[in-house]
Order: sequence, then C-alpha cells, then structure tokens
Amino acid sequence: MIAKKRKSRVSKNNGPARATAPRLAADGPVFLHEEKKFGKTSNSTSIVPKGSISGHALSFLIAIMSFLACLTVSSVTIVGDAVDQWKTDLGRELTIQILPAEGVDMLVAIEQVVGLAEATAGLGQIRAVSENEARLLVEPWLGDGAFLDDLPLPRLIIAEIIRPDELDLHQFSTALIAQVPTAQLDSHRIWVDRLKSMAGAVMIVGFGILTLVLAATVLTIVFATRAAMAGNRDTVEVLHFVGASNRFIASEFQRHFLLLGLKGSLTGGIIAVIVFYVLGFALQAADGSALSAQIDAFFGTIDPGIGTVFGSGAVVVLISILTSLTTRLTVYRTLTSLHLGGS
Amino acid sequence: MLRDVTFELKPNSFQFLTGPSGAGKTSLLKLMFLSMQPTRGLIKAFGKNAIGLERDDLARIRRKIGIVFQDFRLLDHLTTFENVALPLRVMGKDEQNYRADVKELLDWVGLGDRLNVYPPVLSGGEKQRTAIARALISQPDLLLADEPTGNVDPTLAQRLLRLFVELQRTGTAVVIATHDLPLMDQVDARRLVLNEGRLHIYD
Repeated sequence: MIAKKRKSRVSKNNGPARATAPRLAADGPVFLHEEKKFGKTSNSTSIVPKGSISGHALSFLIAIMSFLACLTVSSVTIVGDAVDQWKTDLGRELTIQILPAEGVDMLVAIEQVVGLAEATAGLGQIRAVSENEARLLVEPWLGDGAFLDDLPLPRLIIAEIIRPDELDLHQFSTALIAQVPTAQLDSHRIWVDRLKSMAGAVMIVGFGILTLVLAATVLTIVFATRAAMAGNRDTVEVLHFVGASNRFIASEFQRHFLLLGLKGSLTGGIIAVIVFYVLGFALQAADGSALSAQIDAFFGTIDPGIGTVFGSGAVVVLISILTSLTTRLTVYRTLTSLHLGGS
Repeated sequence: MLRDVTFELKPNSFQFLTGPSGAGKTSLLKLMFLSMQPTRGLIKAFGKNAIGLERDDLARIRRKIGIVFQDFRLLDHLTTFENVALPLRVMGKDEQNYRADVKELLDWVGLGDRLNVYPPVLSGGEKQRTAIARALISQPDLLLADEPTGNVDPTLAQRLLRLFVELQRTGTAVVIATHDLPLMDQVDARRLVLNEGRLHIYD
C-alpha cells in the first residue's frame, strides 16, 4: 500500500508538534511546570491487569506448593543429617557380645576379650558394659522384675575404632572365637547398610514428592496463564494492534507471573521455615518428655538451621524460575496458536 | 462480502471510505490493517506481500499503521496517558523520551487534564480522542480511522479533521471511514465508496 519516508513535522498551530522531548521542553515553561505535576511512570505499570481474583488464587496456590516443597526438602535434610550421624556413630565402634553358657566364666571371658581387643591394631578405648547397664538395656522390653537378677544376660564389650585402615576384622573375629567360643563380633555393618538403604529410600521418596509438587506447580501455572490470556484477550489483541511482538507480550505476562510466583513461593518458603523453627522450639520446650526423647533418639535435635533456610531459599528461587519460564513458553504457544490477524 | 476490490493507497494521500451500513467498510479497514485475510487476492503493504506474513514482520508493519477503532479498544486498566503511550512502549522506548510528546498530543486533543484518568470514567468523546491520540502518537505512515468523529461535537469533529489533514500533509496516508457527508464535504479528497460489496473510487 505505502512505502515512504517521513519528512516534516506537523506545525504547532494546527496540530500536535511531533518533536523530540528536549525540543518540546524548550518550547514552553508552562509545559515544564505541568510535567512536574505528572509523576506517574507508565513503564512500571503492568500491561497485564494486576490484582485479579485468579491472580490472588494463583499466588495462594504457589504458596501452598512452595510450602510443601520446602517441607519436603527440609524433612529430607533432617532425616539425611540424622542418618549421617547414625552412620558415623556406628562406624566408629564395634560391639562384642559374650553369650552366657554353661562352663563359661563370664568375668574371665570379659577379661580375655578386653585383652585381645586392646592388643588389636586399630582399636582404641575398650569398655565392658557392666551387668547393671546390661540389665538397664533390656529393662524396657522385659520390665524391671526381680527375675532379671536370675536371668543370665549376655555381656557387651564396646571397642572404639580409631584407625579403621589398620583393623583386620576377619583376623580379630577368628582370634576372638578361638579364645572365647561364645563371643560374637558385631561390626554394625548390617546396620550401616540398612541405614544407607533407608537414607537412599528417604532421598528417593523426597525427590519424588518434590518432583510431583513442582510438576503440579507447573501445570497450575500453565492453566493459570492460559486462563489469564483468555481473560485478557482484549489486552492481547490491542497489543497486537499497536505492533507488539510476541516476545513483548510474553515478557509482559512473564513479568506479571514472575511477581505472582515470587510472592507465592516466598510466602510458602517463609511459612515453612517458621514452622520448622516453631517445631524446634516446641521440642526444646518439651525437653524431657517421652515424645521429645523419642524424636531426639531418632532424628537428633530438630534444628532448622542454615540448611533448611538455604533449602527453602533454593525452592523459592526454583519455583519462581519455573513460574517465569512456564509462563513464557505457555504465552508463546498460545500466541502461536492464535490466528495471525487476531480478530 | 467484498468482491473484486482493487485499489492503492499512495503515501501522503487522503481518502474517505464511505458507504451504507453493512457495506463492508469495517471489513475493508480490517483487511488494510492486516487483521483479516482475504479468501483470495493479494494485499501488498509497504512493498511486502501481506499474505502469510511472519508474526514479527506483521508486528513491524502494524507499527507503521495507526488505527482508530469504532469501539475505541482502550485498555481499562491503563490511564489515558498509558493508553496513548502504548504504541511507543511496545517499541521499547523509554517513558522519559516520549512523555512530553504524549502530553502535548493529549493537550491538543483536549485531554491534557485527563492524563491519569482510566477509560471507564471517560465520556464517549474522550475515549474517542484518546483512541485517536493513540493512533497518532507513533507518527504512522498510514492512519485508518473507523468513524473517528462519531462521538464528538461538530466543533471538535472539525478540529480532528484538521488534524487528519495536517497529518496527511506531513506524509501520512489517511483513510477515514465515515457516514458523515457534511464532514466529507469539508475536504476535497478521494472517496472510496462501498456498495453491495463493490468498491467505487471517486478521485
């Protein structure tokens, strides 16, 4: 239809002058005065309408997803730390159990085992668990009845491993059984292996839950973006009519949803960290109670610590990035599927 | 339905597009704006075949066209200033660079005191002037206006017509779709008359 170059500008008397800002500013002091009153910055105003009900709902949904994701990450971190602690504790010692049997003098057997352990390279402090301590160990299962006095209890000797490289477990075990046939060596390897398996399972389950939560978040954002685009069809059309490229429109939606995602994920993350801190304080306050002792025995002290804060921070960033990218891709796809000419 | 419509809009030209209601004026404007594709035939815009354009090319061409819709198509969540500045904003310009121009244009169309007002509280005439200002702000090579004086009083209608004529003098090709015969009589311009889907051109 048309191919031309513009040459001149509209005269000021008949129409609006199409000049650059500096020239206009120089043209009249009244204009400068009016400009001072005009403080709104339109570039900061989102082209996508803010504050819609669906926007609040999406923000709330993202907050819930973020909360669940942060809980998962923090729980896995705490369980992982506890398992590491157990593994370290178990790997640092071994236990020798002497079973009571007829003709076996328990005290002599203990002395022989302690002597052998002390002579073995790689082992450090050797401690025989007293009869009283052994009785206390079985008390939770058998009660504290007087019959415990008559019950022949196995005796335990705990040996600290100080140089694992020097310790030859097989040789030690052979020598042990040769000296005290009723002695059994427990290197805790089976427990360490089980703990490793459990830790692996916890990690896999945690990762699975995190993946599901993130997938649900992405799907929610896809639907929300599509709904937002359908709800803002007029806006999208007008943007096309004034010459906006798909990239510009996608960026506007991306910015809008990034803010929603950031707000939601930050809210969820902060609440998750608060929940862990409150839980930690509550357990500290209930110190000495049966529940606290049990949790302490399993997980150690529940300390939200820096790991939980960093984990939650990472989840917040991850969800925000996911929100942003998902929105951009969805907008691009939706715009591509629109008819070229719009309406 | 439009049939056998062949015409050319020259740079720096002024024409009225007229015809009875339902004759296809709006459809023809949409075809010129490339928001509608013909079932057959050819549309060339700015030297390019406008059929099957890439999206980015379409966006680039639309930046050279200003359009005033009959129903204004203003964004209700943006102020008058922001609506008018929209074409410049999508071009990636910074507000500092266009604020004065937008203000001056709004002053000129009589909306200097309505800068921060949202469209829902504007009158029909004010909306129309906002839509016109939005179409003009980017100094388009082609201005398409669908009944641009339909909602304004005769004095302002004359003023707007003067503005369109002035635009044409500075190099913009102007197409005004209107029913307003007295308005058309004020300017000696080419007339594109649509009747029963056919176009009659009176130079």
